[in-house]
Amino acid sequence: MKFSGRAWVYGDNVDTDVIIPARYLNTSDASELAKHCMEDIDENFVKKIKKGDMIVAGYNFGSGSSREHAPIAIKASGVSCVIAKSFARIFYRNSFNMGLPIFESSDAADDIKDADEIEVDADRGVIKNLTTGKIYKATPIPEFMQELINAGGLFGYAKELLNK
Amino acid sequence: MGMAVSQKILANKSKKDRVDFGEIVLADVDLAFANDITAPISVDFVKKLGVDVFDKDKIALIPDHFTPNKDISSANQCKVMRDFVKEKDIPNYWESGEVGIEHALLPEQGYVKPGMLIVGADSHTCTHGALGAFATGMGSTDVGFAFATGKSWFRVPESIKFVYNGKRNRWVGGKDLILYTIGKIGVAGALYKSMEFSGDAIRELPMEDRLTMCNMAIEAGGKNGIIEPDDVTFEYLSERGVLKDSYEVFKSDEDADYSDIVEIDVNEIEPQVALPHLPENAKGISQIGEDIKIDQAFIGSCTNGRITDLRIAAEILKNNKVAKYVRLIVIPATVDVYKQAMKEGLFDIFLEAGAVVSTPTCGPCLGGYMGILADGEVAISTSNRNFVGRMGSKKSFIYLSSPAVAAASAIAGKIISPDEVIR
Repeated sequence: MKFSGRAWVYGDNVDTDVIIPARYLNTSDASELAKHCMEDIDENFVKKIKKGDMIVAGYNFGSGSSREHAPIAIKASGVSCVIAKSFARIFYRNSFNMGLPIFESSDAADDIKDADEIEVDADRGVIKNLTTGKIYKATPIPEFMQELINAGGLFGYAKELLNK
Repeated sequence: MGMAVSQKILANKSKKDRVDFGEIVLADVDLAFANDITAPISVDFVKKLGVDVFDKDKIALIPDHFTPNKDISSANQCKVMRDFVKEKDIPNYWESGEVGIEHALLPEQGYVKPGMLIVGADSHTCTHGALGAFATGMGSTDVGFAFATGKSWFRVPESIKFVYNGKRNRWVGGKDLILYTIGKIGVAGALYKSMEFSGDAIRELPMEDRLTMCNMAIEAGGKNGIIEPDDVTFEYLSERGVLKDSYEVFKSDEDADYSDIVEIDVNEIEPQVALPHLPENAKGISQIGEDIKIDQAFIGSCTNGRITDLRIAAEILKNNKVAKYVRLIVIPATVDVYKQAMKEGLFDIFLEAGAVVSTPTCGPCLGGYMGILADGEVAISTSNRNFVGRMGSKKSFIYLSSPAVAAASAIAGKIISPDEVIR
């Protein structure tokens, strides 16, 4: 699978309170949540995002709350994937469970600038900066996560387990 | 090579003799729970699977975040949860009037025991490690998976051992120890790792302070926080009628493999304040170096809404008044805490001082309701996060502290040490 779009760059420790503030957590409706995605860190986020665009960030992306509403909001806003130096662990799990592709790459996170055109080859874990021509490698997805994806996510895995 | 306590619990629950770092295990869960914000997605997961919950005594549903219902949408989320509880006849559910903040309620009511494996759809589930359980927060879908299958998958974490030695200074409690620790290692200092709290100063630490410490393990990126059970633990459990033969005690081996050992001299720790906008911005109160005027003080949350927290606040507020134009909001974390505080006359002290006392709820901690901050406002809060916009306006500022510092600051109208109120 390939993703392509423009990058929108943020710093370290982007927490779930800025990804989707708790004041909007009185619903889990994806399109409602998407309207407020990243609102407290970048009020123009929703306006500037075009389908396929990516979030690029530093260390510890998605820190804080366990709210699954964070990856739901990002995905529903049209973002194709998130590239960061590292992810907070609950957000990491939640992204897989919600089907939001995420990639760890310090080189990419250091190098990519706002509005750079990026292409990601998800299967090969290769990130290409079409604006500068640079290529970065993402940390491979752990084997088990790949098995989970193959089983159809946690839902498919639960079905398999319950039918054993 | 021996194993650390977190490893041992994961090994036991996945029916293995040993588990190693990085290994992925599918383990049996002893308790899985969710709250009114996270439960609807978990409920949906179970419903879509079309199955029953794996064991209705091992799941809990706790409407604590936006209850009493703050608006129509919140009411609808609570209704999804309540309808599910009724349909599946789930006993562990508490309505307004009974409910408290999940991480205060579950240990208080004797649901948490040493050696358990606990997952909760709330990041502060790590609180329960204070009783020697392995407890970690997950998303709603992961908890829905546990509701349906009784299992959850875990990547076995490396452990960092924190050794606290020395004597606590006056007004220094669990909140100060953990803020100091996060200040030292940073908000990603324990990313994906288990934080094991040990040392003489931990053995001397009361259970409620231990709960406060483990509560904030997530604020250093930790997967869980854990304290080996000891007499303090056993006494806490026996007071709740938890029988000794109903749980198993796990302790770290002498030769356990730690990714790091961090020694902390408690003698050097003074009351801590974490400056906006990260918990790692912790400083000793004498090191702040400027007057920080406040608009609001909040004493409550799953971090510091327990009876000992309210007692300390009352000790400081007694015969004092909250400063003009400052709001002091006190929220007991559970109904039992509420009743006990009332019985001890703490509410009289709070109300005389000019505070407002609310029914148990997470409320303002996450900017839900019951004390939202306006643009430019400053709050001191006993909660766990001071992220941008956490308690309201993204242009507001949150300082984290213990109940002692929050109470003293409410009186002064600026952040001060409790020593300035009670010498």
